[in-house]
Amino acid sequence: MRRRLMTALVTALTTTVLLVGPALACGGLIGPNGAVNLLRTTTFAGYHDGIEHYVTAFQFAGGGGAFGSLTPLPGVPSSVEKGGDWTLQRLVRETDPIPVDEALPVAAQRDSAEVLMEVRIDALDVTVLRGGAAEVGRWATDNGFRLPPDAPEVLDFYASRSPIFLAAVFDADAAAARGQAVGDGTPVHITIPTSNPWVPLRILALGKTGDEIVEASVYLLTDQQPALLPVPDGTNGMRLDHSAPATGELLADLRSDRGMEWVPATGWLTKVALDGRAGQFVYDLAIDASGRGAPSLVDAGLQFGGDQLPGRRAPLPLMLWSMFWLGAIVLVGFAGRRATGLPTVR
Amino acid sequence: MARRRPAPFGLAIGLAVGLVAGCAGQAVRTVEISAHYSRFVPAEITVSAGVPVTISLRNEDPIDHEWIIGDDEVHEFHRTGTELIHGDRPTEVPLPALATRTTTLTFDQPGRLLFICHLPGHEAYGMVGVLNVVP
Repeated sequence: MRRRLMTALVTALTTTVLLVGPALACGGLIGPNGAVNLLRTTTFAGYHDGIEHYVTAFQFAGGGGAFGSLTPLPGVPSSVEKGGDWTLQRLVRETDPIPVDEALPVAAQRDSAEVLMEVRIDALDVTVLRGGAAEVGRWATDNGFRLPPDAPEVLDFYASRSPIFLAAVFDADAAAARGQAVGDGTPVHITIPTSNPWVPLRILALGKTGDEIVEASVYLLTDQQPALLPVPDGTNGMRLDHSAPATGELLADLRSDRGMEWVPATGWLTKVALDGRAGQFVYDLAIDASGRGAPSLVDAGLQFGGDQLPGRRAPLPLMLWSMFWLGAIVLVGFAGRRATGLPTVR
Repeated sequence: MARRRPAPFGLAIGLAVGLVAGCAGQAVRTVEISAHYSRFVPAEITVSAGVPVTISLRNEDPIDHEWIIGDDEVHEFHRTGTELIHGDRPTEVPLPALATRTTTLTFDQPGRLLFICHLPGHEAYGMVGVLNVVP
C-alpha cells in the first residue's frame, strides 16, 4: 500500500513537472542580396506546469544593416526577456564536453497582423505577432522583411495550427556599436503558457533549396524520457545525440542562470541534432513528455484537425513514412526601412 | 555600354502584343491566373491566335510577385537584368501582395511562351507557366 502510494506520488509529480517544449527555429540569415548565411544554432526548450521556456541566441554574423527572422510559436508569450548568460553554453558542454587541453575560449560567452508585444534586447528587436499567414506575411513585408518564395506556404503551414509568430530583427550596426564581436549571441528567453508543445523544424528550411544543409541543435528537458515524432533516427535529418537523466550538476547550473529558477530538481535531457537536407524537413517535431508515448500527428505537422495541412499534397505517404519511423528565422532579409523606425537596410 | 532591352517578344515567334481593349470588334476572352504558394495556377493556358485575351492575375500570397511573358530573350533579360521596376508594359505585370491586376494581350501567331516571376529565387522555386497560342 505504501509502495503504491509512493508510486502514485511519483507519477503525480512526474506528470506535473514536464519539461519539454518547442524550440526556437532560428539560425538562417538572408541578406538583402538573397545570400543565405546559415549559422548553426543552439536552442533550449523546457516545459513546466503548462509553461514553456525557450532560450535561444541570435548570433551576430558581422557586417552592417539589419537581419531578421520569423519564428512560429505555439502560443502567446507572457514575457520575452534577455536570456541567461550561460544556459546554452552549459548545455553544449553537458553533451559535447570539450577536452581540457583543446578547450577554446567561449565566444564572448499596427500592422496587418496584431502586434502583441514589442521588446528590445540589446541589438535585437523582438515583436510578437498574431495573425494568419497573409496577415503575418503582409506585416513582415511592410516592415522590410524580404520573404523567400516558399514563405507563403510555410507561414500557412504554421498559422493553421498557431497564429502566433515571433519576428526578430538583429541590428548589426547597433551590435557593432555595442562592441559585439562576430559570433556573439544575444540570448532570448521566451515564456509561453501552453499545453501543446512542439518543435518547429520546417521553418529551418525556409528560403533554402532542397539540397542545402540545415544544422541546428535542440535541447529538450523533460521530466521523463519523451516520445518523439518523427523519431530522430539519423536517416531523416535528425539524430539523437543524447538521451539520459539530467545530472544534478547540470540542473543546478541551469537554475543559477538568469531567469532559469523554474528548472526543477530532476529531469531528462535530450539533444536532437539536426543535420540534413532542407528538403527533409517537411514536418515538425512532436513531443509527448507525459509518458503516454503518443506524440501528436498534428504537432508533427502531418495532420491538421483531420484535414490536410496547407501545402501538403500527399500527407498520407508522409504520415505512413513517419509512422514507420515512429518508435519521430528567416529568414528573411531586410530590404527596406522598418516603419517603426527600427533597423534600416544597408 | 548600356544593355539594350529586348523587344517584348522575340521576332522568331512573331507575336504582336498590345493593349487591345475594345479593339477591332473581337470578343475579348478572359483568363484567370492565380499566384498561390509562389506558383502559377493554372500553370498552363491555351489561347487562340488573333483573339484578344484579358488575363486576370490574382496574387493570393502575402509576398510580391510579377508576371512576365515572353520569349527566351525576354526572360534572359530579366534573369540577368537590373531593372527594378517595370514600366507600363502589358507583358510585364507587377503583382503586389494580395493584389489583382489585369492585362489584355493579343497573340498574333501560334507558338509557345513562358510566363515567369523573375523576383529573386521565384523562378527556381517553380514560378513558371506556359501559354500556348493555337491557330
